Amino acid sequence: MVVNYNINLLAEAKASYTDGGIFAEFAWIIVVLPFLAALLITFFGKNLPLKGAEIALGSVFFIFLYSCILFYLNITKGVASEFFVNVGSIGSFEIEFGWVVDGLSIMMYFVVGTVSLLVFIYAINYMEGEIRYTFFFTSLTLFAGSMLVLVSAPTLLQLLIGWELVGVCSYLLIGHYWEEKENSSAAMKAFITNKVADVGLMIGIIILALTTGTLRISEILYQATHDYEAIKSVAYIAGILIFIGAMGKSAQFPLHVWLPDAMAGPTPVSALMHAATMVTAGVYLLGRLFPFYQGIAHQALDVVLIFGVITLFSAGLIAIVQDDLKKVLAYSTVSQLGYMVTAMGSGAYTAGLFHLWTHAFFKALLFLGAGSVIHAVHTNNMSEMGGLRKEMPRTFMTFIIGTVALAGLPPLAGFFSKDEILASLNHEGHNFFFIIAVAGAFITAFYMTRAVLLTFYGEYRGHGHPHESDSMMTTPLMVLAFFAAVAGWVNIPGIYTGFTNWVTTRKNGIIEHHPESFDYFALFSGLFAGLAGIGLAYYIYQVISNPENGDEKIKFQPVWRVLENKYYLDDFYFKYIVDPIKITFAKSVDKFNTEILDRFINNFGNVASFLGRVVYDKLDQGGIDKALNLTSTGTDTLGSKVKLIQTGKTQQYIMYFLTGVIVISVLVLLVL
Amino acid sequence: MSAQPFLIAAAALFSMGIYGILVRRNAVMVLLSIELILNAVNINFVVFNQMLSDVLLNGQIFAIFVITIAAAEVGIGLAIVLMLFRNRQTANINEFDLMKW
Repeated sequence: MVVNYNINLLAEAKASYTDGGIFAEFAWIIVVLPFLAALLITFFGKNLPLKGAEIALGSVFFIFLYSCILFYLNITKGVASEFFVNVGSIGSFEIEFGWVVDGLSIMMYFVVGTVSLLVFIYAINYMEGEIRYTFFFTSLTLFAGSMLVLVSAPTLLQLLIGWELVGVCSYLLIGHYWEEKENSSAAMKAFITNKVADVGLMIGIIILALTTGTLRISEILYQATHDYEAIKSVAYIAGILIFIGAMGKSAQFPLHVWLPDAMAGPTPVSALMHAATMVTAGVYLLGRLFPFYQGIAHQALDVVLIFGVITLFSAGLIAIVQDDLKKVLAYSTVSQLGYMVTAMGSGAYTAGLFHLWTHAFFKALLFLGAGSVIHAVHTNNMSEMGGLRKEMPRTFMTFIIGTVALAGLPPLAGFFSKDEILASLNHEGHNFFFIIAVAGAFITAFYMTRAVLLTFYGEYRGHGHPHESDSMMTTPLMVLAFFAAVAGWVNIPGIYTGFTNWVTTRKNGIIEHHPESFDYFALFSGLFAGLAGIGLAYYIYQVISNPENGDEKIKFQPVWRVLENKYYLDDFYFKYIVDPIKITFAKSVDKFNTEILDRFINNFGNVASFLGRVVYDKLDQGGIDKALNLTSTGTDTLGSKVKLIQTGKTQQYIMYFLTGVIVISVLVLLVL
Repeated sequence: MSAQPFLIAAAALFSMGIYGILVRRNAVMVLLSIELILNAVNINFVVFNQMLSDVLLNGQIFAIFVITIAAAEVGIGLAIVLMLFRNRQTANINEFDLMKW
């Protein structure tokens, strides 16, 4: 049974919002479809002409179309409704699944749909001839479905399920080339790091559910914004715990360590999951629960802000020292996620989501561009690239667009979204964080310019003759480049602020600063930081040196070494968490297992075996079987005796008969 | 008129029949002996009917039934004996032990 609620009935809202009509009602199709597609690919994929890729592509194409329709509805009218399907109850908790169709989720549907479609097209060519081609598309389709389960979740339970499912898909896809130990370790690392964070999320959800008595997000948000005492008392701790979950998925310091390693997966996976969609789930979660954070958990929001700022700065610095092109982009992703979380932390809901929106396009573009380069030169290391702008003009042009968008130069996407975050920090009076965020913008511009110069300028330092990728790979690049260029234009302060309206259709009393016009201080700070970063990188790697040995100019020890070792965070984890668990804890558990549990179980087994022996010998063999055997042997013996009177001689029988008649007659006579 | 002589005659006939069944080795003779027993029974039926002055003549009617049955029985018996003879080339009843265990 499907129950439909117009969200606006739960909270004060503008009258112009609609419930989305039939398209919202059937939005479950886009969630279910990828799972069906994955099933079909599993069973029939290998026999199809494109080995299952066509089913995957078909399903994401449908998602894309459907999300376009929803997106259009949201732009024109504004949609806000949610649907519940009750599947049972545990105690007083109704177990409900469903789908939300409101501005936030539609924005995510659109991002997932668009980026998935382009990445799938790209992957068909990129993955050609690779091992487990069909399985790759199964997992990727499964991921699209899981991500939609996550973003369409109207209840925390469904959200958690989607959350874990994308984690599993991430694990499968990072470990796609699991034959190499490094890759399977990376997959394991991603999974376990996320699992550590998920424990926080799960406890947070349990706390919220127990205090509010419901799993519905809209109901929880309603309670959070309407002075309910119970939820107020747990707001801080629940907010922190849920943020820990977001820290895992959105790779916030210090749980970001898995994301750079996740680059072991194929590049389309990095583009789709570890740049555009999955890693933004944490930001999405903060956005979904934003009224809760802003209303009653604003102390938790301060923690969010601090971790966001730490992440954006520290990850950006590491990106400078990376030689692996994909790792530069990975640390850049961590850093940009830091920006989004910072925005959320500073109370800028729209700015955070806006950065999510623009980042999804330009970072997917950069990853796919990097994939195109890697496909051509067969290495991830920038030290073996160089001079590719002549050989790969289309990849180069689109990569430049992505870089400029990320560096935050107008009029490309990153400029507007980053500016909005800076403006928000400035407005809220977080001066120190504002300076760090501006420094982050500088660093971003610096490492991206460095990456471009090392990859596309100078002399080619690798082997063979790289050439431009197939049009099936460059077309998605161009489409994404278009989005990277224009995606920022949907939210220009003072000119057009459509995006703000799109993502705030669920009016749960979000109070945020909507700049009426540009904050020129923030704008020029960000712009100059970006330009300075590009300029400095150009100066170091082109003017006073060349891309090959530009790194020599900035190798300030010991900072460089600390950065190269990623702040020794991995070593710290290994020394103080993994190894103690592996050596001390695991050993003692093993000891407990072998010496106590096993002994107990062995003894139990021995006793049971002894009892079984007794029962078998005495009761079964000695009692029942013996009785049965006796019956049969007795019958047999008796029969062999009795059968002797069956001589077959008729006259003898008559003799017996007559004797019997005479005896009976005599007896009758005597008795009578 | 006393029934005793008739009953003695019937008993004698019956005894002869029993004797014949027990001692004759020829299967045909055994069948004949069975006929003797049946006839002894018939005599008894007729005699007791006369003694009891049964106007419905149940005894006589029964005797006729017995004769009919006896004819049928002899028919079957002789057929069996004939088949046995064909298979075994003998009618000696001691040779037939098909009913042995």
